Amino acid sequence: MPSLSYLLSRLLQIVPTFLLVMVFIFLFVRLLPGDPAIAMAEAKASDQQLVEIRERLGLNEPLPVQFGYFVRNTLTGDLGRSILMKRPVIEVIMERLPVTIYLSLYAVALSVLVAAPLALLAATRANSATDVAIRGVFQVGLSMPVFYIGLVLLTVLGAKLRLFPVGGYGRTFFANLYHLALPALSIALYTSAILMRNLRASLVEVLDAEFVQFARAKGLPRRVVLSRHVLRNALVSAVTLLGLSIGNLMSGTLVTETVFAVPGVGRLMLEAIFARDYPLIQGLTLTFAVIVSLTFLATDLVQSWLDPRLRQA
Amino acid sequence: MTTLEFPAPPQRSRLSAFLGLALRRPAFLIGTGIIAASLLIALMPGLFAPYDPLAFDMGAIQQGPSLSHPFGTDGFGRDILSRVLWAYRVDMQMAFFATVFALMIGVTTGALVGYYGGIADMIFGRLVDAVITFPFLVLVIAIVAVLGPGLVNMYVAITAVNWVYYARLTRAEIMAQKAQDYAAAARVLGYSDGRIIFRHLLPNALGPVIVYWMTDMALAILLGSSLGYLGLGAQPPAAEWGVLIAEGRNFIMTAWWISLMPGLAIVLTGLGFSLMGDSLADLLRPKGR
Repeated sequence: MPSLSYLLSRLLQIVPTFLLVMVFIFLFVRLLPGDPAIAMAEAKASDQQLVEIRERLGLNEPLPVQFGYFVRNTLTGDLGRSILMKRPVIEVIMERLPVTIYLSLYAVALSVLVAAPLALLAATRANSATDVAIRGVFQVGLSMPVFYIGLVLLTVLGAKLRLFPVGGYGRTFFANLYHLALPALSIALYTSAILMRNLRASLVEVLDAEFVQFARAKGLPRRVVLSRHVLRNALVSAVTLLGLSIGNLMSGTLVTETVFAVPGVGRLMLEAIFARDYPLIQGLTLTFAVIVSLTFLATDLVQSWLDPRLRQA
Repeated sequence: MTTLEFPAPPQRSRLSAFLGLALRRPAFLIGTGIIAASLLIALMPGLFAPYDPLAFDMGAIQQGPSLSHPFGTDGFGRDILSRVLWAYRVDMQMAFFATVFALMIGVTTGALVGYYGGIADMIFGRLVDAVITFPFLVLVIAIVAVLGPGLVNMYVAITAVNWVYYARLTRAEIMAQKAQDYAAAARVLGYSDGRIIFRHLLPNALGPVIVYWMTDMALAILLGSSLGYLGLGAQPPAAEWGVLIAEGRNFIMTAWWISLMPGLAIVLTGLGFSLMGDSLADLLRPKGR
């Protein structure tokens, strides 16, 4: 396990980064032309409501004081009221977030299932016809925007073959394995292309490493060499890559949730933008930033657990 | 006694040596071919498009792909192939303008920060951490939300985020070059910092940046068409691939070609840029030669 001091120092590193993230989001609404209070209020807000918003955001105070209010409000979970939903932003986000997290994890699972076996196949037969074919197909996958992959799957598997529903969201865990199959697969086909490419490269490298040649030379069966030595080492780079591509994954959910009408935070972000619901846009942007930095943190921890050498650094 | 005669070493310029290597790579040839063709179409779409992209043909509404309309027709009988070819103008422009300013700003900043280090470098490090904490698309559409939808605002939004990635890459390359002997020699000779950075270090550091630029142009087309599809990028009636795909969205059950055919252009162009980028990366890597 990672040591406590490593965990603490890693947590401390997040603080300045997050402060800067808060500055970005704070400046965001203040960069809008006009009065921020009007931007943060409903179209038909009364003067009384505007006064309340000014009070809550401290808009009459100097900027640094306003920033203090903003940090305080955010840390206490007060993200303001959504203009579109007429409810507290935090409530709306918490309601929709599980859908997006489910979709993301589903997509990660699928992309590992697609990429890992193919990467192993391609790496063990590097530069063969199989390798070239696999890489070629994934290269095309990398050139497809996620919304287009989604539309193709929707047309072929949803509308023509009627294998999966073309949109919506179910009620139970298992119902959603079926309901979210197409959106998850759309994201997975894109992320698996990135994963396959990097996994293959690191597998090729590991297969060539001295400790693997040694394991072979001492007569270990191929299976054991692959599972105990090769895969374990390739796992480190795969975890890192998956962690670092969380941003891609989130961008993917935003697009697929729109294509497949899935009620997650990604689609909510677009609804918020078209409705000019700035409190909601602000809250969602912050939510995405929190998700990404927590994932980065988790990646670091898993990585140092898998590869003790990294703890020294 | 006879003198031994050695054949003179072939005198080839670096460029021709590079081209010699490049031309033997099918990936490079295919990639460059696709991009050259795309540029040609973008410059003269009228020369290639079989029909007027805006002409209604009420006798040929929502027809599937056929010999006379290879990509089919839309709800107004407009020829989809012609519309896709005209859209090359906007999409190729997107690949360039969404990346070139980020490239210039990022390279300059990265070079300065990498060379001088110190406080500026520390601040830059925190900035990079903060920017990569946002999903790229989320940050870009949040900025578009402030500026309003449209092509120019999309360029501004993408540049505002993207320059950081170029700067990070350039910074790393400059730091590696700075440690080399020739950089120390230039300092000993008393050259100005500006001359050392921009005349000596930068030309040697640009290789990986150019490769990244190629791949980034592919990403810009993916991103730009996604924004077009979502209604935040190019605005209809502008012919842009994402916008064309969005136009067919409601007919996907009955007339799939309206949406799916324009996507082929995205895939092909994206493939062209990434093939070019990848093979260029191979060529620039010393052991790949």
